[in-house]
Amino acid sequence: MNELHPVAVTVNGTPYERHVEARRLLVDFLREDLGLVGTHIGCEHGVCGTCTVLMDGESIRSCITFAVQANGHELMTVEGLAADGRMHPLQEAFWEQQGLQCGYCTPGMLLRAKELLAENPDPTREEVREAVASNLCRCTGYQFILDAVLEAAKVIRHEAAASVEPARVAQEV
Amino acid sequence: MKPASFVYHAPATAAETVATLTELGEEGRVLAGGQSLVPLMNFRLAQPAHLVDINRVEELDYVRADDGSLAIGARARQAALERSSEARSLAPLLVEAAKWVAHPPIRHRGTVCGSIAHADPAAELPAAMLAQGGEVVIAGGAGERRVPFASLFLGPFSTALQPGELLKEARAERWPDDTGHAFVEVARRHGDFAVAGAAALVHMDGPVIARVALALFGVAATPVRVGEAERLLQGSSGSEDEIREAAEVAVRDLTPSSDIHGSGRYRIQVARSCIRRALREALTSARRHNG
Repeated sequence: MNELHPVAVTVNGTPYERHVEARRLLVDFLREDLGLVGTHIGCEHGVCGTCTVLMDGESIRSCITFAVQANGHELMTVEGLAADGRMHPLQEAFWEQQGLQCGYCTPGMLLRAKELLAENPDPTREEVREAVASNLCRCTGYQFILDAVLEAAKVIRHEAAASVEPARVAQEV
Repeated sequence: MKPASFVYHAPATAAETVATLTELGEEGRVLAGGQSLVPLMNFRLAQPAHLVDINRVEELDYVRADDGSLAIGARARQAALERSSEARSLAPLLVEAAKWVAHPPIRHRGTVCGSIAHADPAAELPAAMLAQGGEVVIAGGAGERRVPFASLFLGPFSTALQPGELLKEARAERWPDDTGHAFVEVARRHGDFAVAGAAALVHMDGPVIARVALALFGVAATPVRVGEAERLLQGSSGSEDEIREAAEVAVRDLTPSSDIHGSGRYRIQVARSCIRRALREALTSARRHNG
């Protein structure tokens, strides 16, 4: 019953290998076995979305996925957003636009928003609303979260344009 | 809470899956997307002794045209149905229904066949399949058998599947390309299970309805086809009066239960509106095709 199973995953670019019970939830694996406590546990039955992580680029609920099912897959958690000591534009925008109060839902919101912007770099407010409907926030009333995602989208679009056509964008700015 | 311990099996092929399930019998349960089963396990409402995880079974991951039907393998995600161009052309009603299932993070994991096997009476995909018509392929120790959607759903969370069997494939019937379809649902919040909903398909022969399917969900112990209302519409022009009469007939014998999401009477009201809307929408698109 309590047999241990090997789980080899890449999280935020770093490979890990652990042996866990089959009943180990992915969220507990990340927090307890890998020490990546940025991913939060909320409702523990797939409703609230605070445990959202990206598996092979797709958002999933890590509280209703077993760690053994992630074996061989690539994960991204909130710890993987910042790079080279610089916050991700989404993190910057959530800070600037007051997209959080208690912060409990923020890791899930950030990853769901990251997925949205990867699929749709220029979403309407309605599309952002629809996308984050999968995640509950009990403080902000969502308006500032929508502001933050739209602000980040703008920044990311500018950065992408700048890396392609540095001269033209500099002129526009 | 956390799930109770279980023995984990991760077969690599469909044959190995069926052999393992057959051997385990009542003790074993299939783990597909886990989006309904794992919450139940976290609450310890379900404590299966053995889980047979089909997520490594690549051969069951498909949504494809097959012999005039749309075939959906046991491991195909709801998101795959939603994105499938073949599903869009062969059975667009199912694509519409998939969009109503929870939210994208759930649909990335949840499977179409898992939703059918789970048989939640308020779920979208079982009702959409029932309207569309077709059958499921069930694999067990004695080989494969086929069960039409019309006789698959026996009660809340209960189907014709026996212990030790795998719902290996769902096969949705193809309707003519100029068929009109509509999927209408009312839920407290988008992404929740339905208070009530309706799925409709309408095929016109000139000015009259040649064939119609109407399935309801959230209003009975299983998703239901309302045959009497369908017969009433068949051969009619689908006028507003006929739509209203069909909706009355469709809800007449329903006795939905009351819960925190709505009373039985409220569910009837909602169902009646959903049916009217679904029929109007399906008729409009069918007429446009015929236009």
